[in-house]
Amino acid sequence: MSTTIYQQPDAQGYYGQFGGAYIPEMLHRNVEELRNQYRSIITSKDFRDEYQSLLRDYVGRPTPLYPAARLSAQFNTNIYLKREDLCHTGSHKLNNALGQILLAQRLGKKRIIAETGAGQHGVATATVCALKGIECIVYMGEKDIQRQAPNVARMKMLGATVIPATSGSKTLKDATNEAIRDWINNPNDTHYIIGSVVGPHPYPDMVATFQSVISEEIRKQLKEKTGSELPTHVFACVGGGSNAAGAFYHFTEEQTVKLVAVEAAGHGVESGLSAATTRLGKPGVLHGSKSLVMQTEDGQVVEPHSISAGLDYPGIGPMHANLFASGRGTFLSATDEEAVRAAFNLTQLEGIIPALESSHALAGLHQVDFKKDDVVVLCLSGRGDKDMATYMQAMGV
Amino acid sequence: MSRIQELFKKKNKQVLNVYVTAGYPQLNSTVPVMQALEKSSADLIELGMPYSDPLADGPVIQASSTIALQNGMTIKKLFEQLKEMRASVQVPVILMGYMNPILQYGFDKFCADAAAVGVDGLILPDLPEFEFENEYGSIIKKYKLDFIFLVTPETTTERIKRLDALSTGFLYAVSSSSTTGKDQNMSGVSAYLQRLQEMKLKNPVLVGFGIKDKASFEAASEFANGAIIGTAFIKALEGASDVAAATEQFIRTVK
Repeated sequence: MSTTIYQQPDAQGYYGQFGGAYIPEMLHRNVEELRNQYRSIITSKDFRDEYQSLLRDYVGRPTPLYPAARLSAQFNTNIYLKREDLCHTGSHKLNNALGQILLAQRLGKKRIIAETGAGQHGVATATVCALKGIECIVYMGEKDIQRQAPNVARMKMLGATVIPATSGSKTLKDATNEAIRDWINNPNDTHYIIGSVVGPHPYPDMVATFQSVISEEIRKQLKEKTGSELPTHVFACVGGGSNAAGAFYHFTEEQTVKLVAVEAAGHGVESGLSAATTRLGKPGVLHGSKSLVMQTEDGQVVEPHSISAGLDYPGIGPMHANLFASGRGTFLSATDEEAVRAAFNLTQLEGIIPALESSHALAGLHQVDFKKDDVVVLCLSGRGDKDMATYMQAMGV
Repeated sequence: MSRIQELFKKKNKQVLNVYVTAGYPQLNSTVPVMQALEKSSADLIELGMPYSDPLADGPVIQASSTIALQNGMTIKKLFEQLKEMRASVQVPVILMGYMNPILQYGFDKFCADAAAVGVDGLILPDLPEFEFENEYGSIIKKYKLDFIFLVTPETTTERIKRLDALSTGFLYAVSSSSTTGKDQNMSGVSAYLQRLQEMKLKNPVLVGFGIKDKASFEAASEFANGAIIGTAFIKALEGASDVAAATEQFIRTVK
């Protein structure tokens, strides 16, 4: 696969005009260490062997590419679900957490910190820390701790310390701030496992690389099922954008493949309670990189809203900002209500309860006119167990 | 010669730089606090421009930023407040802040307006040298503003030299790798400060983070040109009805 402006950033971490490493000097050594070493470590035979065998035997890869017959019939096209919900721990987040813990080990780090929104990344990180016997601290917004109780319990059972972020909107943005500050205060022994394709270079590239196993598998599996590696559409939800980056990765240079990202519109894009960054954001700097950021006229980051804690983030990764700005990606948005409706639709048609995040991608299907012979791949990034309280509320249970 | 360079020409020991968040504790307390700082013989003033997501700040300064934002402080309001500042404040004034609000204001316009009201320099902790050299440094220079880089005990010798070469005014030596407001044992950082001293840097060095009283100020000043106090002063202003009196009382505990 050739290196291109869409798939990988330049030497300074820029995807077009987005990316870079806007970090205080206190983080320079850590970020520089990663930047200098991550490529050689993750391409070494020793790393690849351990990563591949754990992906297979521990994560459960490859995940199936499921031809969803009844869903396809509803849209009069051919829809395949990439079943990341079947990964161990219930979401795609483990692909990245596993890659980063192996990297952290090779960097000699003794302590792991992470931020989490819906808790899926926190659970994945706590899991790999348990696997490797490394201390794990997870920062989570106070509001998210309340709405994602099952995942908080899982993290604690796995031995992680969950620290509430109490500033700002008390969601993912604030958990990220706290994790970065922890890293600043513990520069020597700590690795920060960022869960999305955000943060200073090399994080967006590193996380996208670990998640690219998704599109790598899609190409192979699609070839087996349809005779062609290339779908007409790839759908994925976008908060920070890690599952979308993974699902798009090996298709970014295939111009016939439409890359469709679905953001969380919350109560509606213009309602003031939304997380639809490409619609509401402007270029800015947040959490160490230049990207699109939802902010006031004065450059204060606004508090986003989504029913889905994993999408409740006021920015997107720089790779996605570049896909949006260049027109290579199509960015849609789905409201809380549309996402919940799409979740029930999938559950009743296919017997799969999706995570609220993935439900946004499913809701996006309603906004595109498909042809009968289109081949649509949708990244079902996670399973819905953690969101049962929200679904029960919708059912009036 | 810039106002900051003139200061260090006149005085190169025990230089006291005091940080305060603009618009804290009240929206209109910015200039009165600056006047009181000058009266109490602070040598430099570092004005923090409040931001919703400050990465390098500890909880005390972050809380002051939240209050300042709730008070309605913006960069535009700050420049209005600073318009007449030079009539009553003679010491050098540095603006400290994060990139995002400045990018929204417009980087060129920000530097132009800062220079026009008499600001002397900038500290932008999340603007690294790559972006400085490629895009923003020339704009900062165009308006004759000093730009102060941070160094930490983790910064390599080679990189310290590089950041010193890019800085004008002074070099900001963070006493340890940490956010603001962490207690530091100043004797523990003396080796690092001595290392800086022995490097014969182009710029004077001010030590920041963890300086809170006379003892820590003097310890930090032993191997540097002076020090920066932030968190301790913000705490002193908390709930103060008379900011001038609170400022003067606090500075008396340091100098």
